[in-house]
Amino acid sequence: MVEAVISWLVVILIWFAAIFLLSGRDWRVQLAVMAFQYLAAFWLITRHLPFAMASAKLVAGWMVVASLGMTRISLIQVDEQASFRAQDRFFPLTLAGVVAVVTAGASPRIEAVIPGIGLPVIAGSLLLVGTGLMQLGITSNILRIILGLLSLLMGFEIIYSAVESSILVAGLLAVTNLALGLVGSYLLMAEATPSSELEEDLLT
Amino acid sequence: MNAALIWIILPMLGGIAVLFFVRGRSSAWIGGSLAALLSVIALIIPIDRALLLGSISFKISPSIQVLGRSFILNTADGPLVGLIYGVASIWFFGSERSGKAHRFVSLGLMVISLLTASIAVEPFLFAALLLEMAAMLVVPLLVPLDQKPGRGVIRFLIFQTMAMPFILFSGWMLAGVEVSPGDIGLTTQAGTMLGLGFAFLFAIFPLYSWIPLLSEETNPYATGFLLWALPTFTVIFGLGFLDRYGWLRTSGQLAAAIQIAGVLMTASAGIFASTQNHIGRMLGYGAIAETGLFLIAMGLRSAQALDTTFLLLLPRGVEFAVWSLGLNLLVQSRPSLRFGDVKGIARQYPLACTAIIFAHLSVTGLPTLAGFPPRLALLHILSSQSVMLSFWVFLGMLGLLTGAIRTLAVFVMAEEDTPWNWSESPIESGMLVLGVLALFMLGMLPQVLQPLVVRLPLIFEHLIQ
Repeated sequence: MVEAVISWLVVILIWFAAIFLLSGRDWRVQLAVMAFQYLAAFWLITRHLPFAMASAKLVAGWMVVASLGMTRISLIQVDEQASFRAQDRFFPLTLAGVVAVVTAGASPRIEAVIPGIGLPVIAGSLLLVGTGLMQLGITSNILRIILGLLSLLMGFEIIYSAVESSILVAGLLAVTNLALGLVGSYLLMAEATPSSELEEDLLT
Repeated sequence: MNAALIWIILPMLGGIAVLFFVRGRSSAWIGGSLAALLSVIALIIPIDRALLLGSISFKISPSIQVLGRSFILNTADGPLVGLIYGVASIWFFGSERSGKAHRFVSLGLMVISLLTASIAVEPFLFAALLLEMAAMLVVPLLVPLDQKPGRGVIRFLIFQTMAMPFILFSGWMLAGVEVSPGDIGLTTQAGTMLGLGFAFLFAIFPLYSWIPLLSEETNPYATGFLLWALPTFTVIFGLGFLDRYGWLRTSGQLAAAIQIAGVLMTASAGIFASTQNHIGRMLGYGAIAETGLFLIAMGLRSAQALDTTFLLLLPRGVEFAVWSLGLNLLVQSRPSLRFGDVKGIARQYPLACTAIIFAHLSVTGLPTLAGFPPRLALLHILSSQSVMLSFWVFLGMLGLLTGAIRTLAVFVMAEEDTPWNWSESPIESGMLVLGVLALFMLGMLPQVLQPLVVRLPLIFEHLIQ
């Protein structure tokens, strides 16, 4: 009973995190939210996988967040908050609402198709997948795109952990997450490095 | 000795070694030689059979256990692995003049190693994860650190990442379908998931928008390698699904859906190619059209479907290696590959332009070139099943041919008094000439591929029946 309550609490927190992830402009807040989402996912994954395997996913996720954070902090870019407008928040909030509604509608149906997973696990998973998809749809910022993909993968991992308990798959998914984080860091660096062509343009 | 050790771990270590310890053009020779050696070993030494070399007896064991699962490369996989490493060696040797051999060979070896692991992993479903990892490893190959990542590479990353969850989940659902084949709802859901996963992986229309973008934004040699490697292994992965699940194999609706997707890709890519003003994008559309042909071949309801698919697979590596090598030489001397920038370039790079045109014509299926025999076989079977689909494929090929003629016209559109120069180096010239000769040889003497075409389908024990 207590575990079920905690699971639902985690789902609600994931939704709040989704709002922050979609509407937040500060990369530090977004990475912090992502780290929290990994913690929430860890709880939901422990519903079906052993503690050790879930911990591996949590550690891998936090390592991804750390690598992205360390890369981003070393880059000098225009403060993204400078261009922020109050009305910019409305659209992401609407999207978070859409994700919540879709999750509420789809979770019982999925529970009916795949019984035994548990409604909170499905709801948490769908919220993360939905948030990831929405994030991918509304931004061209590389960090936000990587966070969207990570969110999408995290949501998938939650539901997949309920049906597949292979250690190899868990390991490969952790490596995939880490690789995505490293690719994100690489692309952030590539984006920030002024190309020779651009430098020439600036000089002329 | 172990097969996974030789064809998965060794090239992975080779790639890492090249990355850290080798510099400059020598990496192309080292990587190319390693890949060629692995290819020869795969083609001549049978896996899982004891051999006597003098007084030494040895056997390459087929499987290795990793975290409770197996990576298996058995005797039937030998020709495929040999072919893949053989074509990879062409790419690695070709990178010698690309100016980025070190990065290309190191990452390329690791990518091929992961893709080979995707053939070997059991259950084969987990290959989706290895394909995803390979796709991520390609990103640094496409985007050097001094170049801003464009929309193409971001879309590529997104689409490849989205494919994996769909395929993994559909695999789990397909197991349920096997248990209760009468459950129409579950079958539909599993089929939809699988279809979406492969739509992302194969870049089926309209999800192929990243290919022309990538071909325009990034180095053509790296893009060409990606457009050869990933679809090739995706085809093997897709055939694995058909081989593993009987109901997929026998489903007429699925075969029709695969064929229509393929025709849509070939026709649309051909039509779009005919209107392009960028020869890099032309390569992208050529790759899309060719992937469409793979799908059509996979969807043929015929005993020759598997043979035709492998017949298409063989020349693809040579066609795109020659095409990309030619483009890579041009892009080093011009600001871009737009028609305006490469106008009259045939007088400066005659061999590179010749190679590009012949590779392009081969993809259109022009007689005497490598692409002709498989297209002839494909259209022969397809036209007996649907004249309408054959017409659309023909239209796509016509579009590609129009693109080739337009490219040729732009290449030779030089001022009257422009002198002819031979800007290609002797090594570049040698590679291009060999590539073009290979295109002609595969086109005029397709029977040289017969031993491989006969042995390759053996990896799919249910499909060949």
